[in-house]
Amino acid sequence: VTSRHIRFTVWQRVLHWLMAACILAMLFIGVGMVSTIKPIYLTLVSIHKPLGIAILVLALIRLALRLRYGAPPLPANLPEPMKLAAEGSHYALYALMIAMPLLGWGMLSAAEYPVVLFRGWHLPAILPQSDSLHTRLWNAHFYLAFAFFALILLHVAAALFHALVRRDGVFEAMAPVSIGGEVAPAE
Amino acid sequence: MAVAHRPSVLVSLALISSVLGLGAALFAYTAGWFSPRRLTPGKVVAAFSPPNDTAVLGHRRNHAKGICFTGVFEANGAGSELSKAAVFVRGQYPVLGRFNLATPNPNAPDATVRVRGLGIQISTPDGQEWRSAMIDPPVFTVSTPQAFYGLLLASGSNDPNAMKAFTAAHPEFAKFADWAKNAPWTGSYAEERFNSLDSFVFVDGSGAERAVRWSLLPAAQPAAVSPDELAERGPNFLEQEIAQRVASEPQRWTMVVTVANPGDPTADPTEAWPPDRRTLEVGTLVAQHVQAERDGPCRDINFDPTVLPSGIRTSDDPFPAARSSAYAKSYDLRTAEAEDYPRAETGAKP
Repeated sequence: VTSRHIRFTVWQRVLHWLMAACILAMLFIGVGMVSTIKPIYLTLVSIHKPLGIAILVLALIRLALRLRYGAPPLPANLPEPMKLAAEGSHYALYALMIAMPLLGWGMLSAAEYPVVLFRGWHLPAILPQSDSLHTRLWNAHFYLAFAFFALILLHVAAALFHALVRRDGVFEAMAPVSIGGEVAPAE
Repeated sequence: MAVAHRPSVLVSLALISSVLGLGAALFAYTAGWFSPRRLTPGKVVAAFSPPNDTAVLGHRRNHAKGICFTGVFEANGAGSELSKAAVFVRGQYPVLGRFNLATPNPNAPDATVRVRGLGIQISTPDGQEWRSAMIDPPVFTVSTPQAFYGLLLASGSNDPNAMKAFTAAHPEFAKFADWAKNAPWTGSYAEERFNSLDSFVFVDGSGAERAVRWSLLPAAQPAAVSPDELAERGPNFLEQEIAQRVASEPQRWTMVVTVANPGDPTADPTEAWPPDRRTLEVGTLVAQHVQAERDGPCRDINFDPTVLPSGIRTSDDPFPAARSSAYAKSYDLRTAEAEDYPRAETGAKP
């Protein structure tokens, strides 16, 4: 098996690491902005909206790439519960990457807030004004953000576990640069 | 092999744990969980109303008593010299607005509330919006959002010396207090002058920026009405009066933009600019129809003063950001409590 077959394609890897930075920034901006009344609040909000839409667009591209190119197989000797956890958490991560921006956009729409991406550049409302819708979407956006962050922590823990403890090539499949030479053979 | 690797596995697991711990701790720090003294929008909003006050449920946490109106903004074109915003291009633009009283109690009798407000949202065909929430005093109460929070705590305190201590620590409050004590009251929203107080920055077509404040000057002649007289007219006189007045004739305000000179204080809404500063009439606000808030179009609008069209931006005044943050919190709370302020058409009790 050549390294090309055991690694994600280069664009999948580029998107993964770009989106990792975007999503982490997004989650920190999100919890930071709702907890302050200082002028930085406006700066954070003005980053949060366009960055969220950027993540939505990137996530859709990434989903298309995943459907087209798939993923390298998990090591055959990976215990079944870990396999299930890996697959389940990846479904959840994709769902959140796509759902969170849509929930945010819908929540702003239901509250009649303009969805401003850049100065003078805005998106249309995707939902009618509704206080009950706004409340449900707000709750989903808020609580799923914490679930998202927890899931990312688990994802990081699993990646490091593969890289440092199991050394089974799973981390290397998504590593930004080829470190295949250092991969110990899976046993 | 297991023996040889055991230490490195332990070290690896320790490393993984510390990465997770550090990540979670940074996140919690950013969220303010380690900073109980951080001034959050939740604290500001909570400081307005006593805990367990069911009267406020479903209502704005401040400026809770109000009535909706619709109308137009007639731009005369003069404002285009100062700002490239479409709203200043000569023409008529739809307005959604709300007359209100600065009180957390939606049932407060009119004569018990000193400060009156006006929120407007002007929409232009390019899809942009200008939202502004103005009040009728000529200066704001205090210089910073932090001090405003202190004012809320002091005025809600049981300690009889709390306000005395607050005003001693915030001498700028005396300007507002003087207005509150001595300025005449009126008997109509239509006779009030409403001021942005906060400064903003207008950006013209060439990119040049100027710090400005704006006011709405009433076309109606103000007539002084004492609070006692107002109380005799009834607890909800102002809403009845403006509804009748607008029904008989649209009511108008001239929008006047005041341009700061270099060096004028732009970050402190308690500092009025000298009276000789350049002013420019940019148009007329016309209130054409009044609607009760319960089913009215302004009910679920957040008159967030940072919703601005391209051509207007916030300045170094810290209040618009603080207001935006607190208004959003108030909005999230009240829209989640809509059942406590039911719409008439959804089977509410009268």
